Amino acid sequence: MSFAIARTIDEALAGLAAGARPIAGGTDLVVGARHGKAPLPDDLVAIDRLDELKTVTRTALGVSIGALVSHHDIETHPLLTSIYAGLADGSALVGSPSTRHVGTLGGNIMNGSPAMDTGAPLAVMGAEVELRSLRGTRRVPVEQLWVGPGRTCAAPDELCVAVHIPAPPARAGSAYVRLEYRRAMEIAVVGAAAVVTLADDGAVATLAVALTAVAPIILSVTGLDALVGLGVSGAAAAVGEMAATQATPISDVRASDRYRRHTVGVMARRAVEAAARRAGGETIAIPVNRAIGIGAPS
Amino acid sequence: MTDTPIHAIHLTVNGIDYPVAVAQGRNLLSVIRTEIGLTGTKEGCDDCECGACMVLLDGQPVNSCSYLAVQAQGRAITTVEGLADGDALSLLQRNLLDEGGVQCGFCTPGMLLSATALLQRNDSPSEEEVRIGLSGNLCRCTGYTKIVAAVQRTAVEIRAAARQA
Repeated sequence: MSFAIARTIDEALAGLAAGARPIAGGTDLVVGARHGKAPLPDDLVAIDRLDELKTVTRTALGVSIGALVSHHDIETHPLLTSIYAGLADGSALVGSPSTRHVGTLGGNIMNGSPAMDTGAPLAVMGAEVELRSLRGTRRVPVEQLWVGPGRTCAAPDELCVAVHIPAPPARAGSAYVRLEYRRAMEIAVVGAAAVVTLADDGAVATLAVALTAVAPIILSVTGLDALVGLGVSGAAAAVGEMAATQATPISDVRASDRYRRHTVGVMARRAVEAAARRAGGETIAIPVNRAIGIGAPS
Repeated sequence: MTDTPIHAIHLTVNGIDYPVAVAQGRNLLSVIRTEIGLTGTKEGCDDCECGACMVLLDGQPVNSCSYLAVQAQGRAITTVEGLADGDALSLLQRNLLDEGGVQCGFCTPGMLLSATALLQRNDSPSEEEVRIGLSGNLCRCTGYTKIVAAVQRTAVEIRAAARQA
């Protein structure tokens, strides 16, 4: 057993190459170990002091978010809460203020839970994940990253260093909503993210929708091209039906499969409606869940 | 399980350096309570749900029940014992007492730390912002209303003091 605090990315990569697992905020790793879900790895390399992975950088193509950017940083960042509001909606729902301060974007996506709150927003935005090892660097579309519950395509020696999101087109908006029983320390019962682009006449020009906690991985809704040209309310209703049809939820302690299938349709419709309002120029406070009245009152 | 190594580390709690020997998987909460002997920080759910174990790490709230002690090396840890100046309670502590925001008292240390962190980054929080700031802290006695009132009153008084300074 060993524990090391990495001072450079290369030190962290060397640790991973030697078989250690990375730990940042520990909000999944340590809590999971305490639940008996999986024992704490024998060899750990702490990456939480790698400041170069804590930056949000606007690029010519969009935005690059360091893997150690926290959910708190995301939910308060001016660029992310405006142009990438759907991602901020997700981060703002994670855990509690303490979880959001130590919990990171990289940790959320690499933990690979189908109930993660940032996964569906990143999927609809066409994000790519940058994985680095001593062998080199590669980029993986986020939808190809997840291969099963708690499993990613990353090799054990690869560290997620950044998430890259392309800039949205004009008249685009995004939103993420989730069904929850409690307003804090909650995990999505089901959730949905949408990116909507509007044509000049207000009809839907492009549409992407992804679902949370209704499949072994984040599930992208297919067949949405058929809805292009519809008005927002018609497209949103159709998306709700498609989401419920395409979902393959399980029954567990949080909800039955039937309940999940029904409610994910409702969430998908609301995500499309909220994204379309933002696409039309309306500002809806982060997280959109609160603004449209989903979840228990405070 | 293989032999668990003991790490000789230093933790800085309320400005004081404590050399401690901790096993790798040991949580920060148990080290603060047992090795360091500061028992203001409480173990409630021990499952990252209730917030009784809240401490500040470099000024930010952290559930110490689910944070590795070895990972807190080199960080400034603040516990409820670090809020008062000797016997003089902090403004927030006095207001929590005055408003009746303390009943059984078990959640109080965690509430104080979450609220302290909130007020450090936002000196004029709305009621909604206070409730979000305290959303990771459960209280089974007060119904929260008086705790929220104490935080808001403290914010008003901090701003008034800043205007006079």
